[in-house]
Amino acid sequence: MGNKIYSKTLILKLKEPIKLKCGRTLENIEIAYETYGKLNENKNNAILVLHALTGDAHAAFYHKDSEKPGWWNDMIGENKAFDTSKYFIISSNILGGCKGTTGPSSINPKTNKPYALDFPVITIEDMVNVQKKLIDYLGIKKLIVAGGSMGGMQALEWTIKYPEIVQKTIIIASSARLNAQSIAFNAVARNAILTDINFNNGNYYDKKHPEAGLAIARMIGHITYLCEEAMFKKFGREFKDKPNFDFGIDFQVESYLEHQGQIFVDRFDANSYLYITKALDYYDPIKEHGSLENALKNTKSKFLIISFSSDWLFTTKQSKQMVNALVKINKDVSFVELESKCGHDAFLLEFDKQTKIIKSFLRG
Amino acid sequence: MNKKTLNLNYKIVCDLIEKNAKVLDLGCGSGELLKILKKEKNINSLGVEINEDCVVEALENGLSVIQGDLDKGLDEFQNDSYDWAILNQTLQSTKNPEFVIYEMLRVAKKCIISFPNFAYWRIRFYLFLKGKMPKSKVLPFEWYNTPNVHLLTIEDFFEFCKKRNIKILKSIYLTRNKARSGFLIRNIANFFCEQVIFVITKNI
Repeated sequence: MGNKIYSKTLILKLKEPIKLKCGRTLENIEIAYETYGKLNENKNNAILVLHALTGDAHAAFYHKDSEKPGWWNDMIGENKAFDTSKYFIISSNILGGCKGTTGPSSINPKTNKPYALDFPVITIEDMVNVQKKLIDYLGIKKLIVAGGSMGGMQALEWTIKYPEIVQKTIIIASSARLNAQSIAFNAVARNAILTDINFNNGNYYDKKHPEAGLAIARMIGHITYLCEEAMFKKFGREFKDKPNFDFGIDFQVESYLEHQGQIFVDRFDANSYLYITKALDYYDPIKEHGSLENALKNTKSKFLIISFSSDWLFTTKQSKQMVNALVKINKDVSFVELESKCGHDAFLLEFDKQTKIIKSFLRG
Repeated sequence: MNKKTLNLNYKIVCDLIEKNAKVLDLGCGSGELLKILKKEKNINSLGVEINEDCVVEALENGLSVIQGDLDKGLDEFQNDSYDWAILNQTLQSTKNPEFVIYEMLRVAKKCIISFPNFAYWRIRFYLFLKGKMPKSKVLPFEWYNTPNVHLLTIEDFFEFCKKRNIKILKSIYLTRNKARSGFLIRNIANFFCEQVIFVITKNI
């Protein structure tokens, strides 16, 4: 172990345009991706890991210029849940993102300026179609898909859309669709961005960015990623220093949210946040296919579904909805609700039990 | 339960089930029985288990298992979608045994239900002589921490099925290391046998 393993984000340029669900076509798409481990001769040991709302292609190992490992480094590597000595692991940035894959901050070839709000509204289905191009490019015909949160929705869509390719599906802390409460949080987050004085209808790339709005959006996000107990454990009612009797940062929890908001604006694009949360809100295979059972009826995959007890953003009930649909149509499914006090964030933090479960599932 | 009785129990259940059957094990624990059934009978299996650690162990045993509470029913399972539903040493710890049995009969063509017989002579004497809630290897808990909230006897189960028109296809009585079926008179079995395995089905 000891030595740091380095990874690098690569770019795949698609030659063909992609037809999007909204009816528009997108050209010159670039996909940022990383791979870990080796693809075997039969090309049947590939796992596509799918990131959540603000993730990126850098899922594991280290980049040369950074001390921080990839977002799922606890789960990807030698002898880890996704064992790089056995599997070829692929991670790519989603369509609409701002971490290398084409998104609203990319240059529109027609105007030579960033797309901004001229970028078409994208969906989870579009993200998956773009990922499929990458998988085709890598020559992979059989695939395991795994993701948490929004990544779980992509995994679900993969197995619905490409039943012949997906052999195993791992859906963690996710749901087939958002409930009204989650859409409401996304709406508030988008409103914070849209009403920022610097938003300028999305055309802020050469000016001051809508940082206050994006920071508030992130703060709301962070509240939903934790839970009451996690917040109490982390911050209690502690003051940063002492009460100031003004409206500055008084409480530890305020300080935490402020900090999370601030570091986020340095690494994320406000327009991407609008587009991706919209994609989350729109995704609804139940409506699309009439029922979840109908959506999943052609799948040939084995399923592993994991939820966390304290996750109130993507609840156990929502996971069970997928489990129940799969049981009803006689698919091979396993489900476990893991006890956790970390809220939705658990899927990124509670890796001990996840490792055991995922390893067994991949072996079986 | 001691190892010998447990193995005997597994062996009997295993002998009941035909090759390649579709089996639902309710309260499957860490999946020991399903593992044996998969190996011996190549069954198509699913386990349901409430305890998280057991679910994780069952997954590690290479089984498909769903975490769930039997007392909440088997809503997700279609009628007659399994050849067999098994409730092995679990009936006495369900909150609503009647409901659980009805659900089993609904989702499976045949059901195996096994439980410790509370009318076993040692248990009777334990209560009679000591005047305390009986404990044994099969029932190791204290009255205040036992998960076995619905203990019953062989006679109780016969009566239960008769009243509900549930058909008993087989009853297999277990003493410490022997299994007997059919030949025993019910009253004698109810006195001498520590455990019982019933095979039941809907009476259509």
